[in-house]
Amino acid sequence: MREARLTVRSCGPLVSYQDGGRFGMMRFGVPASGPMDRLAHAAAHAALGRPQGATAIEISMGGLELACESGEVTCCIAGGDFHVLHSGVVAAPWGVRTLRAGDVLSVHPGRWGSWAYLAFAGELHCNHWAGHTATHSTSGLGGGMLASGAEVVVRDATVYEEKQGDLPVPDFARARSTIRVVLGPQSAQFGPEASAALLQESFAVTSAYDRMGMRLAGPALVLKDALSIPSEPVVRGSIQVGGDGVASILLADHQTMGGYPKIATIISSDIDGVSQLQPLDRLRFQAVSVDDGVRLARSHAMATRRFLEEVALRRVTLHDRLMQENLISGVVASSDAPTH
Amino acid sequence: MNERSTAGDAWPRFTPVADHALLVSFGDAIADDTSAAVLGLDRALADSPPPGMAECVPALVNLLIDFDPVVTDHEQVRAHVERLLRTSSRGQAPGQLREVEVCYDEDFAPDLAAVARAVGLSIDDVVNNHRQAQYVVRMYGFAPGYAYLSGVPRAIQVPRKPAAVRGIAAGSVLIAGPQCLVSTLTMPTGWSIIGRSPTRILTPNERVPFLFAVGDTVRFVRIDRALYEARKATEREQAERERDLTEREQTERHA
Repeated sequence: MREARLTVRSCGPLVSYQDGGRFGMMRFGVPASGPMDRLAHAAAHAALGRPQGATAIEISMGGLELACESGEVTCCIAGGDFHVLHSGVVAAPWGVRTLRAGDVLSVHPGRWGSWAYLAFAGELHCNHWAGHTATHSTSGLGGGMLASGAEVVVRDATVYEEKQGDLPVPDFARARSTIRVVLGPQSAQFGPEASAALLQESFAVTSAYDRMGMRLAGPALVLKDALSIPSEPVVRGSIQVGGDGVASILLADHQTMGGYPKIATIISSDIDGVSQLQPLDRLRFQAVSVDDGVRLARSHAMATRRFLEEVALRRVTLHDRLMQENLISGVVASSDAPTH
Repeated sequence: MNERSTAGDAWPRFTPVADHALLVSFGDAIADDTSAAVLGLDRALADSPPPGMAECVPALVNLLIDFDPVVTDHEQVRAHVERLLRTSSRGQAPGQLREVEVCYDEDFAPDLAAVARAVGLSIDDVVNNHRQAQYVVRMYGFAPGYAYLSGVPRAIQVPRKPAAVRGIAAGSVLIAGPQCLVSTLTMPTGWSIIGRSPTRILTPNERVPFLFAVGDTVRFVRIDRALYEARKATEREQAERERDLTEREQTERHA
């Protein structure tokens, strides 16, 4: 059994183990959790040929420094524009590299992005809860949080020399400042001034930002009446407004029920991008129709699939690129070739 | 309000939530028949889910259907729900009966005396009212395993405290208005703490680790301190055995 053992030299808050998410349990008070940026998490695994939804380490703006104590393993970092140092040498924010005994990997926040993913060519050893390693930050249920001094164990650790290199960062994987929403489900509880303020003015991300959600600074969104509604299911991307008129966006570890009215809900294609904003970044909301929301979800799913396929095939050296082109043209040639 | 929630064309009301969910509401205020309609649809959806449904989440007056927008859309899900509401029988199967043990000792129940004073009963009367009532699991919310039970007798109903108290132990039995819950995590709460339960609401079951399903009936059974401590000791032993087992399995799997 090949095993790589690493130790956490330093680690900020909210660095956790996350698989693809624990779906289907909101009826038991359990949100899906999983990565704050699902696309980057998927890309990190795709680059290593690992299954979607495998466990990775989610790195927050608190940063992470790991030292490889024994063994060797190829890993991939994706998400945001983090400063990556591999044994003191600056590396690209998104890329595949191999850690060997004595190597040190440090990942700290950079120009944009709040979350980065560190996936391994092997299986991260951590706790499971309810069938998943996704960590629910407020309860600690799941794989759990990393802390300074902790050991990180990768089982079936593999080295893929041929997968090493930088990854592309597509535009649709960047932080988004224009966030598309479908109004409601409680837009009727707000006056027309509130809807106008939501769509015409800009908001700022505050430091009250964690895996549960993001509180915004901006115009007060005044409710027509202060009456609260019976607690009802909320989703990742719900924009709820407190009695003080302050808007918050609910994210991966959101409560499953809420009694505050929701003025609008962010469409699924824009949630990764909003999660990658940093405190003090500004954002604007743009309303789309329900039908346009569905259309955007479908085109986003297609773009994601294409991007992940490209990442899975990515080679960086000229030799590898030529090999890859030969391989592809070879395949095309054989399938297009008339039978002799 | 009961009439409004069942009669007329206003209900159920369908509200889209972003690109991937539909909220089906049966009323705008909490009432027994509204809750029954929610639970009825929840069961019908479990028996025949629409294509692309990811999950459905029952709450007090409404139910959220989350779906994959690549596979389906709001109109198709709505049509499916309307078909189910026309064809499925109104009568709903009763949920299972679950028993939850409670020790009402003073140090486990810091608010019991205040509740008794507020409602003008003795502490024993409050306890008897609480344990003799029958409760229904209306929804889960707030945190994993936080099941909201309705059915606190009117005689012992007290409002929420003005401010939440921090660090309340898991297993605390809490009441506020008509609602009761058994906490599963150490959390702040503004509800009144009237006992402590050793019964695990978050169970060790690997796939679905929850004691209750929405719609289940719950009864509280009074236990003394000795039995409470014995239950906790058993739980600790079980947890250790499970830990050993998991570690052995993982070691074997990777050997």
